[in-house]
Amino acid sequence: MRPNIRTEADRSPEFARWITSLPGAEKIRECMHCGLCSASCPLFAYMDYSPRQLMHLGREGFRDDVLGSFTIWLCTSCYQCTVECPRQIPVTEIMYALKRRAIEEKVYTPHLPIPVLAREFRRMVTDRGRISESWLVMKLLLKTGVHRMFGMVGLGWDLVRTGRFSLRKETIRDRGDLARMLEAVGSDAEAVS
Amino acid sequence: MKKLAYYPGCSLSGTGRAYDESLRAVFAALGEPLEELDDWNCCGATSYMSIDKGKAYALASRNLALAEREDADLLTPCNACYLVLEKTRRHLAESAEMGGRVRHALDAVGLGYAGVVRARHPLEVLTQDIGVERLKEAVKEPLKGLKIAPYYGCQIVRPYATFDDQYHPQTMDQLLKATGAKVVEYPFKTRCCGASQTGTLPEVGLHLVYRLLNEAKARGADVLAVICSLCHFNLDVYQSKVRREYDLEPIPILYFSQILGLALGVPAKKLGIDRCVVSATPVLERRAAHAA
Amino acid sequence: MLRENGFGSGPTSGGKTNGAPVNGDPPIRIGVYVCHCGTNIARTVDVERVTEKAGELPGVTIARDYKYMCSDPGQELIKEDIEELGLNRIVVASCSPNLHEGTFRGATAAGGLNPFFFQMVNIREHASWVHEDRESATDKAIDLVRAAVRRVHHHKALETRRVPIKPEVLVVGGGIAGISAALTLADGGKHVYLIEREASIGGHMAQFDKTFPTLDCAACILTPKMTQVRNHPNITLMTMTEVVKVDGFVGSYEVTVKHRPRFIDVSLCVGCQQCIDACVYKRGKFEDEFDAGLSMRKPIYLPNAQAVPQVVLIDPEQCIQFSSGKCKQTCVEACDRDAIFFDQEERIETLDVGAIIMATGFQTFDARRSPHYGYGIYPNVYTALEVERLVNASGPTGGEIVLRDGEKPTAVGIVHCVGSRNQKSNPWCSKVCCMYSLKLAHLIKEKTDAEVYNFYIDMRTPGKGFEEFYQRVASEGTHLIRGKVASVYQQADGDGELLVDVEDTLAGMVRRIPVDMLVLAVGLEPRYDAEEVRRTFNITCSGDGWFMERHPKLAPVDTFTDGVYLAGCCQGPKDIPETVAQAGAAAGQALALIGRGYMELEPNTAQVIAEDCSGCKTCIPLCPYQAILHDDAENRAEINEVLCKGCGVCVAACPSGSIVQNLFEDTEIYEEIEGVLAYA
Repeated sequence: MRPNIRTEADRSPEFARWITSLPGAEKIRECMHCGLCSASCPLFAYMDYSPRQLMHLGREGFRDDVLGSFTIWLCTSCYQCTVECPRQIPVTEIMYALKRRAIEEKVYTPHLPIPVLAREFRRMVTDRGRISESWLVMKLLLKTGVHRMFGMVGLGWDLVRTGRFSLRKETIRDRGDLARMLEAVGSDAEAVS
Repeated sequence: MKKLAYYPGCSLSGTGRAYDESLRAVFAALGEPLEELDDWNCCGATSYMSIDKGKAYALASRNLALAEREDADLLTPCNACYLVLEKTRRHLAESAEMGGRVRHALDAVGLGYAGVVRARHPLEVLTQDIGVERLKEAVKEPLKGLKIAPYYGCQIVRPYATFDDQYHPQTMDQLLKATGAKVVEYPFKTRCCGASQTGTLPEVGLHLVYRLLNEAKARGADVLAVICSLCHFNLDVYQSKVRREYDLEPIPILYFSQILGLALGVPAKKLGIDRCVVSATPVLERRAAHAA
Repeated sequence: MLRENGFGSGPTSGGKTNGAPVNGDPPIRIGVYVCHCGTNIARTVDVERVTEKAGELPGVTIARDYKYMCSDPGQELIKEDIEELGLNRIVVASCSPNLHEGTFRGATAAGGLNPFFFQMVNIREHASWVHEDRESATDKAIDLVRAAVRRVHHHKALETRRVPIKPEVLVVGGGIAGISAALTLADGGKHVYLIEREASIGGHMAQFDKTFPTLDCAACILTPKMTQVRNHPNITLMTMTEVVKVDGFVGSYEVTVKHRPRFIDVSLCVGCQQCIDACVYKRGKFEDEFDAGLSMRKPIYLPNAQAVPQVVLIDPEQCIQFSSGKCKQTCVEACDRDAIFFDQEERIETLDVGAIIMATGFQTFDARRSPHYGYGIYPNVYTALEVERLVNASGPTGGEIVLRDGEKPTAVGIVHCVGSRNQKSNPWCSKVCCMYSLKLAHLIKEKTDAEVYNFYIDMRTPGKGFEEFYQRVASEGTHLIRGKVASVYQQADGDGELLVDVEDTLAGMVRRIPVDMLVLAVGLEPRYDAEEVRRTFNITCSGDGWFMERHPKLAPVDTFTDGVYLAGCCQGPKDIPETVAQAGAAAGQALALIGRGYMELEPNTAQVIAEDCSGCKTCIPLCPYQAILHDDAENRAEINEVLCKGCGVCVAACPSGSIVQNLFEDTEIYEEIEGVLAYA
């Protein structure tokens, strides 16, 4: 466990600048720590830092604490915090930006399945334009530990039984167009430090 | 009524097939058969947004551009697709930078987007365009005696409350009441179902599912009605896992469109009623017997 | 720094000595004074360059800059220069004329000049405060100064007008603010019209039980004041009365008021309440407003036990006689003073007053606008105002704190900041809620021994004895939890028990706490019709909707409309002591105004040039003040200078250009425009 003390050397002013320059996120500076985001978060119970604490660590520039936090991977984008925040901080969108930066900088628990899911999802959409759920889940299981697959057998059978397990590889017609379009949009500049 | 292009989204051709089947059947029964958007692609959902913002917006906007070419709005049954498309529409209008990048990308493949396409949820179309009265008139088999907990989930009223109340949404309640069923008070209407966390972090996701199911039971519901295929997946397919961990009686999960279809006299088979992992048949038969 | 033309021989001397004389008068000799306003102006405007440029302008004899022109030495500069350099025009470039035009006109007069040979330039609000770029802010200041210098050439000596001030005062609103102001004025020997929209005076304070931090009984300290109002020979009390129109100006307002029918003759009714007992409704059927809807009353009722006047009223929306016309009228039979009149009608009256005090108060935030707290859905969720009534000995439960089912609560949550400090509702802090929430915590604990949880964001207790009260409530074992309640949930099987989710931010964890009573500390906000009232009285509101004071520090009870003053919460949230203090200040200002006896008015009136007027009458219907008459004998228009407010409408409308206005003559305006446009 990291000792519970930080010096000014642990702060990254660049990170603080970056996080407060995200659209709407300058409002983090106005946070009054009422805790509405935390108390309304359905996943709070499992977080290491509460959303409120995470926003504060961000505005203070504690990059490693923020990007290394489990919290950002727990966010399901239900937007409850965003709707409740009395200072109108776009917490959910900030969580997205933090995920993007953590992936970009490869700062996350290696076996955490969430970023793996995101990457596999992207690969499939980029290649085929659509998601084939069954294939996506199988890829996820292969990448994050085959042992998980045993627990899924019953569930898989349920899907087969009810005709909801499809091995068809869904795809769009104009795949070339899609690739050209994704190429043309360029890449995000926001995560570049 | 502006023309609607049906945008089923990826999960409605897989685990959410029953949603697709029942929606098509309901709209056909009301005399407004659905026409699918040609060559639509994945909206990008939450996953793509977690990796690359620009590409995520480009991906979603291709669907808006395809609909604009057909001069149609997008009928979007999945909550996640609905939010992504709505968010994209707003963001492209607000951000000159992103709007420019995305239009440039669309232009590269001969598409254009002027910003006039809206994502519309079936709840909105059924209550506002078609109307509860028209639905009531079309009901052939009133569902008297069926007690339903209406579950809207997140992302449909958050962060934008476009067509319903953010805290106490009513559109599904109105539609379900029109079938003659009883809608029970369900305070967790808009709480999160755990989304993909049921798969990625089961111990976290399953607890959220448990709370939703348990509350529906506590409020005396026979079935839980949903409007999103991911909610359905979590509440239905994961229910057996939840019941292994927690003390809970089974409760069938139906798409609201399946319930409307039953009331409109569409055969259960055509509505995909048998695609529920937790079978709804016993509850439905019991109700029918009771009513007769 | 000093720039002299004609006197000094420095490099900035223009050589050209004086400006062109006007009409053969002595040569124009202008003094220009540029103020730093500390750093308020000097930070963004290069005052030395402005001074230098001013010194080069035709007609300018001297240009100086100074740290604070409004200070005594600053004013002394003007006075001395007039005497020593023979100046006959003065320009000061500083702040808004609203703030210091009077000051510098005074300095001009002190130097021996007519005060209207002065022109003010606002380079603070119009330049330094609104620009960031020093270069362009300075250029703008130079342009504005040039415009003023060219204008002031053409100024004329004018005399102010004096009009007498009517000694009566109108006080609008009969809460503690209006009551206090009215009593101060009446004790000072002035006649007061106190008007109140409701049927009784007393306002919100009358609904409270105890007042923080001393816990003295609100009724015990308020009721005597209400009675004094009723009995004071200098106060005319008018309840159920509203202002519909305000005409005139400071010292001479003409206020039209509307009396709503009460259906009871106030001079006959003695408040015996026989009529209420006799009403065909055997028990109360309608929500009692005074009890915040927690008790029921009949269509004929006394507003509350301490009501002043002690006179009943009838609600025509509820009384059967009004809906069907077929009531047995048992109330009329019961009234031995024959005070009931079903045919009473609305009545309009005009009041002549010299000054007006606004004391229209506030409304509490509607808790339904924060739907996640379940107010209006869950019966055990209350607003603080409802709990005030529950705690009150004269309230619906006789002071017992019980839930709607009659049970005593065992765990009570109090949510601070409901509707306040939130961008989606009201962004401001309502100031009184922390203290009244602590007060309620104390009273609830005292009366029920329940566990009490105060959920706060920041505990704000600045005030005499407030912090000590906070300490006392903490010592009583109230749970003080720093965090805002996110959701309230009523369990399916519990008997109305509520679960609240809140982050205990000090502990860094979310807590789920069961309570059987939840109290919402609703904030204060401007009344729903504040905007309409503001228009009627021609005063301003700040962006958040509260009535705006003339200056936040130095004129906190004045408005931008002379003779209209503010008292109490209509200007912003405040507690009772502050409200009373402000009411005293407003009364003091009104007394000072009246004590002067007359008003000096700007000589900015319009006049008709008799020989040019063709008598076309275009101007007559346009004048908003009915100040223009037509002289039939001479066939020309004539302006009544006493009524003219100097709006300039007739000047602009006159087809032959035969109306001129002091301080706004064509040459003055054109020169000013030329000056501002003559940039290099």
